Amino acid sequence: MLGKIKKETAERWGYMGFKSLFSSGIYFNVFAFLGLVTIAGLAVGLHGTYTGYHNVYGVTRQIPWGVLISGYIFCVVTSTGLCLVSSIGHVFGYEPYMPIAKRAVFLSIAFMLGGFIIIFFDIENPHRMAIYNLLSPNFTSNMWWMGTLYGLYLLALIVEYFFLLDQNHSMSRLAGLFGVLFGVAAHSNLGAVFGMLHGREFWYGPYMPIYFIVSAMMSGGAAIIFFSCLAWKIDRTVLTRRMERAIMAVCQLTILLIAIILFFTFWKIISGIVSPEKYIAIQAFLTGPYAPNFWIAELGFGLVIPFILLIRSKGINTNLMFIATGFMLVGIFFMRYDLVLAGQIVPVFHALHVEEYSSLLLYTPSLHEISVVTAGILIAIVLYLGGEKVLNAHKFQKHAIVPPGAFICQGCGGIHYMKEGESQDDALKRHHRMRKVDREDEHA
Amino acid sequence: MKLTNIDLEKLIPENLISVTKMERRAFLKIGLVITGVFAGGRILSVTSNVSEAFASGKDFVDQYPYKPHYSMVIRQGLCIDCERCLKACKETNSVPDYGYRTRILTKIVTDAVGRKREFIPILCNHCNDAPCTRACPTRATYKNKENGIVMMESKKCIGCKMCILACPYEARYFNAERHAIDKCNFCWDTRLSKGEKLTACSYVCPTGARIFGDMSDPDNVAYKMVHQVEKQVWVLRPESGTKPNVFYMKATRSSPWDLRKQDGAR
Repeated sequence: MLGKIKKETAERWGYMGFKSLFSSGIYFNVFAFLGLVTIAGLAVGLHGTYTGYHNVYGVTRQIPWGVLISGYIFCVVTSTGLCLVSSIGHVFGYEPYMPIAKRAVFLSIAFMLGGFIIIFFDIENPHRMAIYNLLSPNFTSNMWWMGTLYGLYLLALIVEYFFLLDQNHSMSRLAGLFGVLFGVAAHSNLGAVFGMLHGREFWYGPYMPIYFIVSAMMSGGAAIIFFSCLAWKIDRTVLTRRMERAIMAVCQLTILLIAIILFFTFWKIISGIVSPEKYIAIQAFLTGPYAPNFWIAELGFGLVIPFILLIRSKGINTNLMFIATGFMLVGIFFMRYDLVLAGQIVPVFHALHVEEYSSLLLYTPSLHEISVVTAGILIAIVLYLGGEKVLNAHKFQKHAIVPPGAFICQGCGGIHYMKEGESQDDALKRHHRMRKVDREDEHA
Repeated sequence: MKLTNIDLEKLIPENLISVTKMERRAFLKIGLVITGVFAGGRILSVTSNVSEAFASGKDFVDQYPYKPHYSMVIRQGLCIDCERCLKACKETNSVPDYGYRTRILTKIVTDAVGRKREFIPILCNHCNDAPCTRACPTRATYKNKENGIVMMESKKCIGCKMCILACPYEARYFNAERHAIDKCNFCWDTRLSKGEKLTACSYVCPTGARIFGDMSDPDNVAYKMVHQVEKQVWVLRPESGTKPNVFYMKATRSSPWDLRKQDGAR
């Protein structure tokens, strides 16, 4: 179907055809290799489906949610974050964020698909979900809302992306608004899936939905920077002044969000230490078996190292930003893993002081689980690599959300307004000379 | 009456000052034990406190809204861990080896006098406010409207395992043969609906540690067990606010006379 796209449509969409994948030998090899790894991972997953998950997965009755749920959360958190951060520009109209929209929404869909594939291998009877989510809904269940809202969210994303491709910006804006609404609803609800389990002290409370939204935006910022920097490594010509400026803006936002998540983490620990129920779980992460996860991966890779590197990069040094956000994505994965496990490692009957539950419960991911998670995340990355080539690096031909009478400055990437009867060149000169005069005034 | 010989200043007043601290503490302890405050408010020592566990007013119908209102009373001290109940449960309800609907936990109290071990049978509490039924996305698990048993409709179960996490009593597991979550249903499909009066576990229990009954009937043994002023009754994890229907109480086997004999032996 895609092969038969008309010429003008293809031009409008920036569609380059699948042949563009073969243009570079190394690129295609990497693409094909990752694609094969993904297929292998899915095959291992299907083997698990065939033999029965309880035989091959590391999850138990006491810890029913393991690395699969963590991987799913990682994917959907990143997806929501990409959608939210990019919406600042192309939905809410803050100009510096506009150029990232197309790639971000594309990645958002890719990560959502990855997440859905992971959860497909976690749910035992996905076919029943399709039937009974409709026939026998439970409106008080967070799980029901999660399935429904994420379904609507993915639909809104796809419509939004179609209009972005089609350069129909008013429609994409409308669909984007629905994407944001469903995204926030779905994602805070995912937090509530954990936060409304009142039998699980560690998760219970309004902290989870709030934390999920904020950390989603942090993940989204990291993903945009990481994949944009990667795009520039693939093709240097993609790096325009406007895009550079956009990434600088995203970088600043991401630094702020890391700081916010740092104090979220800090207070979660401090308040957990004084609560006797949460104390055991918190201790397991501070000094117990999960300490390396917490101190090195979550805090070090996920928050502190990128915080320092991103500040040092000043939003300009792409290499530094690339490394920082790469660390960050790894750290964020561990954040999700720790979050899912922390609520489960303390046995529900630990207060009974019985022999069976005298120690923390432990969980080790099995090969099958790791394969499925790898495949899910790689699907998003493979789609990204494909998209970079096939969709012409998500470049905008034109961007309609430039107000009438204004233009995008070739020099600084910002939006300048033209006075009546003034040409773009004149306006550009006027704009920048005025600034220069201002600065001289200050010096004087 | 002449009182000139009595020096009022030197008399010891019969007020709190003359009671020693130890006596006062002992007295307070008795009071606290009776009201159940001593155990952090978890022990419901008198009948009126049972209704507080439900936190739903004093109305009888509110407390036990189902008819019959199936319930189980675990007499903790009587369990000897013979595991006949586990075996009967597995056979009656075809529970696979990797799972269980009920379990016996072992508690070892090292500084206890005499017997140091205690066994605590656990099973689904068939809570009035069951968190699992709220969590299930497809209403595959639900409270039976007549008898309050938390049941499974296996064909609707999508296997998301949300209910396992929602349950504060670890009463659920995934049964691969049924392709659904499995849990205790008080042997509804295998025994009760066929006219039997007891669940398999309480039927085989040799010591009477598991008393199965109907709380909506004041003449029922389970009702009488729980509603005795002199007995302490508690539920597991009351802080979860689930209003469970499995009650625990101690059936003391060591009387003061036994303990005195032990002292003598030492």
